[in-house]
Amino acid sequence: MIDTRPPLIEVEDLKTYFYLDEGVVRAVDGVSFTIRRGQTVGVVGESGCGKSITARSIMQIVRPPGRIVSGSIRLHREPTAADRPGDVVEITRMDPMSKEMRLIRGGEISMVFQEPMTSLSPVHTVGSQIIEAITLHQPVSREDARRLTIEIFSKVGMQQPARTIDRYPHQLSGGMRQRAMIAMALSCNPSLLIADEPTTALDVTTEAQILQLMRNLQKELGMAIMFITHNLGVVAQMTEIVFVMYMGRVVETATVDDLFYDPKHPYTRLLLRSIPKLGSKAAGTAPRLESIRGTVPHPYAIPKGCPFHPRCGDMIPGVCDVVDPPLVKIGDSQEVRCHLYTPANAPGSGEVIPLTTT
Amino acid sequence: MTERPGDDQILLDVRGLKKHFPIKRGWFSRTVGYVKAVDGVSFFVREGETLGLVGESGCGKTTTGRVVLRAMAPTEGEIWFNDRDQGRVNIPEVDASSLKRLRRNMQMIFQDPYSSLNPRMTLLEIVGEPLLVHGVAKGSELKDRVAELLKVVGLRTEYLNRYPHAFSGGQRQRIGIARALALNPQLIVCDEPVSALDVSIQAQILNLLQDLQQQFRLTYLFVAHDLSVVEHISDRIAVMYVGKLVESAPTKQLYTTPRHPYTEALLSAVPRPDPRRRTEPIVLQGEVADPANPPSGCYFHPRCRYAIDRCASESPELREIAPDHFVSCHRAEELTLQGVVAPTQAMAG
Repeated sequence: MIDTRPPLIEVEDLKTYFYLDEGVVRAVDGVSFTIRRGQTVGVVGESGCGKSITARSIMQIVRPPGRIVSGSIRLHREPTAADRPGDVVEITRMDPMSKEMRLIRGGEISMVFQEPMTSLSPVHTVGSQIIEAITLHQPVSREDARRLTIEIFSKVGMQQPARTIDRYPHQLSGGMRQRAMIAMALSCNPSLLIADEPTTALDVTTEAQILQLMRNLQKELGMAIMFITHNLGVVAQMTEIVFVMYMGRVVETATVDDLFYDPKHPYTRLLLRSIPKLGSKAAGTAPRLESIRGTVPHPYAIPKGCPFHPRCGDMIPGVCDVVDPPLVKIGDSQEVRCHLYTPANAPGSGEVIPLTTT
Repeated sequence: MTERPGDDQILLDVRGLKKHFPIKRGWFSRTVGYVKAVDGVSFFVREGETLGLVGESGCGKTTTGRVVLRAMAPTEGEIWFNDRDQGRVNIPEVDASSLKRLRRNMQMIFQDPYSSLNPRMTLLEIVGEPLLVHGVAKGSELKDRVAELLKVVGLRTEYLNRYPHAFSGGQRQRIGIARALALNPQLIVCDEPVSALDVSIQAQILNLLQDLQQQFRLTYLFVAHDLSVVEHISDRIAVMYVGKLVESAPTKQLYTTPRHPYTEALLSAVPRPDPRRRTEPIVLQGEVADPANPPSGCYFHPRCRYAIDRCASESPELREIAPDHFVSCHRAEELTLQGVVAPTQAMAG
């Protein structure tokens, strides 16, 4: 099934490097993907895989010594009239401090973080912070902004919105702070909401509340959401399409159904097998967990060839440890960066035994 | 709790455990109230099994684990431990010298592999410390024993003289496990041992813990919040809510036929890693009760969708509703609650 929704963000060969005294960390190393209007995408991977830095690059909030080295991030604006296509802006060419970028940030693209206190100021009431955001991005008076804030507070399920608006962040519980941050992120009707581990710090019942809230808000407001998470449960429940990242690259792109039922990349497969699944003991199928051998390599010592080859059970000697694998397209919606699927090595060509299916 | 059949297999028997922290205010630090972190908890752990202790933050699960090891003294209650050397002892009552002997047989593994290891000590010192303190080994014998322990947890013996900063999170957790194993304990309290680790490393550590349990006949009290992890590792599970134990049962029974509404809600809230099973969780209203000022009756009643008048006035007792299945809910017999549906077989994982 081909998605016909117009593109919203096109990331192409993005490279964001960190220049440290010890050397260069290639945090994002040639990432390409497209997010369509109203689409929910998941970005998964373990810590240090570059998922958060990819998001921060889109927002142009990468802190020095990190910077975008090359590649492009195109933001497609909504057509203003039927006969006039929306303009396309190149985010990587903008000065992060410029007025235009500041208007995009928080306006067209906004972000929620794992820890609400990273985006909420402890010395201002939650309401005043949101009112400020609204007056910055929209031509409304303070009174109207206050009214809009109360409105969005009730939308995100804040109890007694007219009173909570004058509270300080420390007076709110973890779940309520997360709601306040989501309210702030949504206050200017963004076309893309980036959620970086939005529920990781929350308890499971609060997590369920926040995920349900995000689902409902998306239905109502129609923005695209980019979920950055290591939690495969959140990915399965919330997203349409998933990018799996490993060492600064997207190693597999798939629809959420293909990702869980027909994963291609050995890393994706191992990742799925290494998580305990709720209900498996109850079903009597609680096998030993499969673990991925070794650890994520040190960023200064990225292995040659495919960066996953030292941990991969299907490594082809002389190929995977030498040649950088190309991106191989499988079907309409799946892409994988792995030598097992290149024409020369693909199953069926007689050279390599296909992966065992489970 | 009544005497259990097969009582001789019970290694740890906790009865009516309470831990209240005073809230102090004013000039003379007057006590104005208590945070009832643990408020009358009873459970037992059989030798060689894993009891999972689950609940949300602030429910008292970590405090329970710490009080059991007498890292802090309980306010009230009994903790009977079947010590290999001293026989059956009530931990809150033992004196300092027998407590020290007791500690050889009870150890702990911590959540944060970064802050639980002293950065100025080498692996030899970290893992060897309990052996030295208890006078078990010294000198070259100590070195040999530590090297052996490192091997057991899957670390190379060449690492002996390195410092913790040189190791990844997963490796540090292995170091912590090696230290806990040093004195060949009977009971290990594992406090969120894998929640700070990446998923691929989580599996390595869970497998290691299971292997060690078989190899050394260890008993685990496994404190965690991740219900999938707890299901995977535990033989039986106890669920806590605001300082009280609301339900405990063998793992399979608890997951397929929960008898407490809180357990039901907790299980349904877990986002399942299966896109073909997108479920609407039971979304609990409101927030977790304040342990300094809990509601009347059953602490869960303000958020419970099955609550009746009685729940607001009368506190339910923990009772055995089926063999080994304990629950504290007035309506446990009449309610039919939803358990977990098994994951799809066809799924790649």
